[in-house]
Amino acid sequence: MLKVESLCVESGAFQIGPVSFTIQSGECLGLKGASGSGKTTLMEAICGLRQVASGKISINQREISESTPAERNIGLVPQENVLFPHMRVAAQISYGLRLRKWSNRNTKQRVEEVAEALQIEHLLTRLPNKLSGGEAKRVAIARAIAFRPDLLCLDESFTGMDEATRQAVMETIGRAIEQDKITTLLISHQPQDLECLASACFDLDTPSGS
Amino acid sequence: MFGGWLGASVASYVALILLLILADVCFVFGQMDGKAGVFEILASPELKDSVILTFVSCTVTAILAVLLAVPMGYALSRYRFFGRSLIDAILDIPVILPPLVIGLSLLILFNQFPPLESGASLESSLNWLGIEVTNTKLAVVVAQFTVAAAFAVRAMKLSFDQIDTRTEEVAMSLGASRGRAFFDVVLPRSYKGVLAAGTLAWARALGEFGPILVFAGATRGRTEVLSTSVFLEINTGNIEGAVVISLLMISLAMTTILVVRFVCQKGGEDA
Repeated sequence: MLKVESLCVESGAFQIGPVSFTIQSGECLGLKGASGSGKTTLMEAICGLRQVASGKISINQREISESTPAERNIGLVPQENVLFPHMRVAAQISYGLRLRKWSNRNTKQRVEEVAEALQIEHLLTRLPNKLSGGEAKRVAIARAIAFRPDLLCLDESFTGMDEATRQAVMETIGRAIEQDKITTLLISHQPQDLECLASACFDLDTPSGS
Repeated sequence: MFGGWLGASVASYVALILLLILADVCFVFGQMDGKAGVFEILASPELKDSVILTFVSCTVTAILAVLLAVPMGYALSRYRFFGRSLIDAILDIPVILPPLVIGLSLLILFNQFPPLESGASLESSLNWLGIEVTNTKLAVVVAQFTVAAAFAVRAMKLSFDQIDTRTEEVAMSLGASRGRAFFDVVLPRSYKGVLAAGTLAWARALGEFGPILVFAGATRGRTEVLSTSVFLEINTGNIEGAVVISLLMISLAMTTILVVRFVCQKGGEDA
């Protein structure tokens, strides 16, 4: 469960918040708002990539407002393609597992499991420069969910895909979220993405949310 | 019109550099007794010692410069801290100062500093530990490093500036500490920058003369590197010898740069 209480984030002269919302375990909350309303900044603050000015963030009753990104156990899939260019797909997916010192056997098993769920088993030995946009996005999602994060943050993760790929990726990520009961925060400009994955929405343009 | 202007600027400067080399080659073969004269100079034991010391000192300098440039370049590229602009400006001092001034400053730093009445200095303290610096081979490396490191740091900072910070942030969100993200994600992506910084430091060290002359001296067989060999040959009136050594330096520099560029390109294709 993610609980955000009176969170304020400052980015230069721009301030977001105070924002409060809760996502129950295994649920997906859609975060919407006009361009420049601070959706990505807020998500980055939750992930620990930006300092918060005030407020509280808790995951599963554990306060993480002052924790480093590594301590938060959050899987982030950013808007842009940020796969590590020198790592093959299998190494990308297993990166979070190796950092958590999973055994080789469990790591291999989990990589195969996630790759199967996202239908990327045939890509495991490829480098990112040999992947299409949709494939790269699936790999980024696989990398973010492989280590079983307490929270998955998807920032416009379906942007730039053709309709067929978008549908396929949405369905696979939906299945993966449901299967592993991953608490998810989703940013999207597309109402159909929010309808498909989110059980509720929070609007940054409305002070109290909706 | 615009294309002509661009073409003329490229052609004129490249032509100037090539003419400089061509003039040296013509001088050697015009003034000297053919190939035999050239080989006689190249085979001399003094030159052999000079080539070895040059190669070793430039390589040690390049390695030390890269070891400094990687963390320093990263710090200057990623962190905003008090005094950062001042540090950035200080980094330009070795680049803009006349080389002789650097040599003189090194000489004073090691032999007249701190200004104590007892006459104790950094050099005397090091001597007490059994280390001699001034007028030794170590002084050659110190003199080369002082200048070359500034170029290496600039190259590494530029390289890190070009790498999107987002990749590190994603690595950190996956559970990596900042240090781990640096070694796992940033450093492998900046290997071309590391090679460029190392090459630049190596080439800069090869061409270093002023600080070496003042701080290490130009003693035959002791602190003589190729740049000081040229100076010593000119001083003894052996212009042909000086030109042959100059051409050797040009060949060494060109070979190093071409090899590194080839490695970089190959790495780019493989990735």
